[in-house]
Amino acid sequence: MKNNKKTVIVPIGPYHPLLEEPEFFALYCDGEKIVDVEWQAGYNHRGIEKLSESKHWDQVTFLVERICGICSTSHPFAYCNTIENLIGMTIPERAKYIRSIIGELERIHSHLLWMGLAGHFLGYNTVFMWAWKYREPVLDLFEIISGNRNHYAMFKIGGVRRNIENEDIPKIRKMLAEIKGQLEMLIGAVLDDPVLTARLKNVGVLTKQDIKNFGSVGPVARASGVDVDVRRDEPYAAYPLVEWSVITAKNGDVLDKAVVRLSECLEAVKIITQCLDAIEGKAGEIGEEVRRVPEGEGIGRHEAPRGECFHYIRSDGANSPVRHKIRAPSYTNVPTFKASCIGQTISDVAIILAGVDPCYCCTERVAVYDAGKKKKLYDFQHLVELSKQKTERIRKEI
Amino acid sequence: MKDIIGRIQSKLGDRGKDIKEQTNNRVYVSVDRKNIKECAKILFEDMDARYIVASDMENFDSFEILYHFGFDKESAIVSLRVYLDKDNPEIDTLTDIIPGISYIEREMWELLGINFKGHPNMKHFLLGDDWEKGNYPLRKDKYEK
Repeated sequence: MKNNKKTVIVPIGPYHPLLEEPEFFALYCDGEKIVDVEWQAGYNHRGIEKLSESKHWDQVTFLVERICGICSTSHPFAYCNTIENLIGMTIPERAKYIRSIIGELERIHSHLLWMGLAGHFLGYNTVFMWAWKYREPVLDLFEIISGNRNHYAMFKIGGVRRNIENEDIPKIRKMLAEIKGQLEMLIGAVLDDPVLTARLKNVGVLTKQDIKNFGSVGPVARASGVDVDVRRDEPYAAYPLVEWSVITAKNGDVLDKAVVRLSECLEAVKIITQCLDAIEGKAGEIGEEVRRVPEGEGIGRHEAPRGECFHYIRSDGANSPVRHKIRAPSYTNVPTFKASCIGQTISDVAIILAGVDPCYCCTERVAVYDAGKKKKLYDFQHLVELSKQKTERIRKEI
Repeated sequence: MKDIIGRIQSKLGDRGKDIKEQTNNRVYVSVDRKNIKECAKILFEDMDARYIVASDMENFDSFEILYHFGFDKESAIVSLRVYLDKDNPEIDTLTDIIPGISYIEREMWELLGINFKGHPNMKHFLLGDDWEKGNYPLRKDKYEK
């Protein structure tokens, strides 16, 4: 992007209010309008692919669990699928159901976390408080099942490490029913809210062609009407054994992304209930022992809350991988900023960046600099202020 | 799965070699590096495959890149396998066909030292701008010394 006199660079990051990992975005702006976006990553590159080459097959499960703190089960899920694809094995039925329960509970808490933060960035903190309040019982459920609120360490190659005890199931079911009621109430309130609708409608639109060009996956793709979901496209775990549907929307704006994510929470509750029905009162193996990983290569996937999680592994028959390639969903979702941000205003950037759910942590800083004078124009507070002002304007107009 | 192997065979013709299903639903196709652009175009545009990602690795006598494409209706992943010279690892960029591939090409360049001819924006992505030139952290020969 050539710097002409009118263009101002707005740096976002490397420590960024919308992202869990530090990343850097340079927004090239002409007045309020954005004309180009650059993405720079690697501020927290931990070399996990390289580290994986020095770990035993069993240890890698726990290594990849540390990739993401929010959806910590998606990488072990994809990794175990990869090794099972390489070996060509199937896992016991009870383990399949337990895997799906963990995967879906994680989807609920991850989507609620997104909804809360999306509300926060619009200056609508009621949504934030509600969503996070209703996320809390999901974490309690995790504690009952695995002993941990996050990093559940439930997965191993060939099955799961811990059983869901039959005597715990009535308690889980009761909590799940409460969560479902709260979810329905929250979803009704959020989607009927005129301010949120006005603020999110037609903001950050992605077309089907954009999705294809960038290879985007998950709710980002489904909100634009691209019907991809690994759980259905390549059935694994208990997903082919239960009834559920893939949620899609048409417009591809941030509102549709919210609709898709929130509706998916209800689908997740449906899946978990059926899984609990299937394992209740029965006994069964929860894992098979895998002694050796043979020579060869395998590819495994899992539909994480943010989209398809992809692992490729090459083995030479020894104790650790020769090559372990990991592609997280954000790797293909984040570049869509190039399509969705351009032509929008600075006040919408926060929510567009948040719209693809690129793993957040809380407030750091956003600063607006004048490229020519190197003078600071806005900091994060000002940007939040801008966003709030726009929300207020819309509120009055309605 | 036979259907998709047959379709790829007929579309790629002589350019695709050793087409086989190695593990369940995973098809690998060997492609000469000169043909990669045409083959990727056939898969991505004509056969409407979904670009997933590319993965790189270093062998004893070559570099290897796998371009993974998803065929979601057939629940398959088709990977195009390309071998590159150890001395001069160079291949055409696919950014003009698949815009999203730009970042992984930059990553493969800085971590493994593979040159992508014609890439519009070959800058460091994960490593800092002041990273030592010619120091590729994912290469295995570094650790043998």
